[in-house]
Amino acid sequence: MTSLTTRLKRVGLPRLIVHLSVLFIVILWLIPTLGILVTSVRDKGQITASGWWTAFGSSSQTSAGRLGDPSTAKQEGANYVIRGSVFENGQSGTVKAFGTRVQEPAAFPAGTPADLGEGETLTVQEDGAYIYSRNAPFEGSRGKRIYLTVTTPPVFTLDNYRTVLFSEGIGQAFINSLTVTIPATIIPILIAAFAAYALSWMHFPGRALIIALVVGLIVVPLQMSLIPLLRLYNEVGNFLGTSSKTYAGIWLAHTAFGMPLAIYLLRNYIAGLPKEIIESARVDGASDFEIFLKIVLPLSFPALASFSIFQFLWVWNDLLVAIVFLGTGRDQLVLTGSLNALLGSRGGNWEILTASAFVTILVPLAVFFGLQRYLVRGLLAGSVKGG
Amino acid sequence: MVSQIVSAIGVMVVGVFICALYYWLSDKILNAIFPVPVGNVTLASRNLNRRAVVRPWLFLGPALLLLGIYLVYPVVATFILSFYDRAGVEYVGLANYRWAFFDSGFRQSIFNNILWLAVVPAACTFFGLVIAVLTDRIWWGNIAKSIVFMPMAISFVGASVIWKFIYEYRGGNDTQIGLLNAIVTWFGGDPQVWISMPFWNNFFLMIILIWIQTGFAMVILSAALRGIPEETIEAAVIDGANGWQIFWKIMVPQIWGTIAVVWTTITILVLKVFDIVLTMTNGQWDTMVLANLMFDWMFRGGGDSGRSAVIALIIMAAVTPIMIWNIRQANRDAGGH
Repeated sequence: MTSLTTRLKRVGLPRLIVHLSVLFIVILWLIPTLGILVTSVRDKGQITASGWWTAFGSSSQTSAGRLGDPSTAKQEGANYVIRGSVFENGQSGTVKAFGTRVQEPAAFPAGTPADLGEGETLTVQEDGAYIYSRNAPFEGSRGKRIYLTVTTPPVFTLDNYRTVLFSEGIGQAFINSLTVTIPATIIPILIAAFAAYALSWMHFPGRALIIALVVGLIVVPLQMSLIPLLRLYNEVGNFLGTSSKTYAGIWLAHTAFGMPLAIYLLRNYIAGLPKEIIESARVDGASDFEIFLKIVLPLSFPALASFSIFQFLWVWNDLLVAIVFLGTGRDQLVLTGSLNALLGSRGGNWEILTASAFVTILVPLAVFFGLQRYLVRGLLAGSVKGG
Repeated sequence: MVSQIVSAIGVMVVGVFICALYYWLSDKILNAIFPVPVGNVTLASRNLNRRAVVRPWLFLGPALLLLGIYLVYPVVATFILSFYDRAGVEYVGLANYRWAFFDSGFRQSIFNNILWLAVVPAACTFFGLVIAVLTDRIWWGNIAKSIVFMPMAISFVGASVIWKFIYEYRGGNDTQIGLLNAIVTWFGGDPQVWISMPFWNNFFLMIILIWIQTGFAMVILSAALRGIPEETIEAAVIDGANGWQIFWKIMVPQIWGTIAVVWTTITILVLKVFDIVLTMTNGQWDTMVLANLMFDWMFRGGGDSGRSAVIALIIMAAVTPIMIWNIRQANRDAGGH
């Protein structure tokens, strides 16, 4: 205790406040994602029975049941008794309380005999076994209605993932997303790098104009491109006699849309390479092509990595380009598209939505945590220098 | 399934190969057209010059072609289409603009967009700055930063599912499984259908974008804060300034340029926001924004390219001042280079 107070004194109150506020912010930022992660591995029934934040404790549920028919009653001494278990349909759990009226579903604690009046007593054990006795024969033909408060231990399962991957089409969508993303991430790099080299180390009229054009195009909204491109794609599709929604089409679209930022980022980096290296290579008689391939490209690796992470995240997470340029068929729907479709068709099925959402964010999160360094570097190069 | 991946990787390899081949081959052809003979000095130097004139355009060619087809041409075409009818065939003058001016859905979208523009960039920049300052002062600041930065990697659609689950409403006596309604009922309030609550639902959608973008603001601003010379702050401390004064009078003015960059970057993002509204409400309950309205008109009833183009142009017009500012900044940098 003393050590805590001395430590507190050393840390100082303002410092403690800083720690606590950051902790609060971190928890605030983490909770939404944690919610779907936890939910996605919970049992389907438990998801709707209790909030995900209670997932690690037992969940408590009120349900209705019926005792055995009066015909199953046996005479035991002076009393007529019905025995059985409230868990009949393969249910399990622990009975905490029971009741006979819907207004008071938890009137009696489990394990103790409850006096129901008219000479009736009912005892429900925690394991579900019950003894229902009466000092006269039971009347009527149906079993008595009772209400139970049952707690079930937390159940964690990967069933939700199995369901979404194999029956909800998320597995196929994952493959489709990869199909779109891999070429659309790698191909722009080479094209942009050549252009960036030309804009950094070659002198020609119009260079400043092209740089200004590239900077301007970075912010042009995608919405400006959609209508003319859709028309263009339809015409090309008609002309070639094929569908206008093809993977080739979306690869080209993503390559082009990523181009301004790619050229800008790479130019910033390549223009900053030491002048001496490039000049001395020129003096040695190396052509621009050789300089680019043997000197500039290897030296620019950090910038290339930064851009490819950007492009990867952007293409993987994109919805707009995918729904405009790709079809909605099974073989073309990407992850973001299927998640959007599931939100419509499976609105309340959180076991499916959360598992699907987690599958879609898994790869970008892995890339993010694995390559955060390059991502931050790219962001800084793209914004601070540009501003 | 596997074959599809293999073919994607194949396309990538072939694509890269074709690109490389183009650059290599065009360079070779250029050299062949303008040879540099050893004996003839005048011809050699003239051809070297000719090569130097043509080569930049070979390097730039594919990039310019892509930019031209996918960005420059569409901007012009969209502008022209905005004066044509729904099919883009008949010239209708300013009819589409007139429609936009009187359309209530369009006005609603403009209003919502202004709301988004007023709230999201400011909130992201403010939270980003505060978190950057706080995390710079503690030893586990980098871990905290990583976590705040993490939503950047999550798609807008994924984030929408994540937050829709928080806003989830269940009627009757059902247990509230959405975090927000659970908290509200825990405090004794009545659960609400947050998503369909006109006007306020806009803010519930904005929170999603703020959650995603604050990390971006934080990373950039944190780097800028580290760039402030140590002596400046020490001098202020010696002069008896408290933490609050140091923050507002020393730190913020020093990083003013960076704050502007963060602000404008997020502003552009907000103008283009589409996925969040589409997945959360699809524009229902008065949450429509321009980007969604544009998409809507692109396909509604077979599509109306004229009206859709007008809406796209409005977004473009809003972006243009920032675009000009960016270009001027870049030119200034290049001038100093």
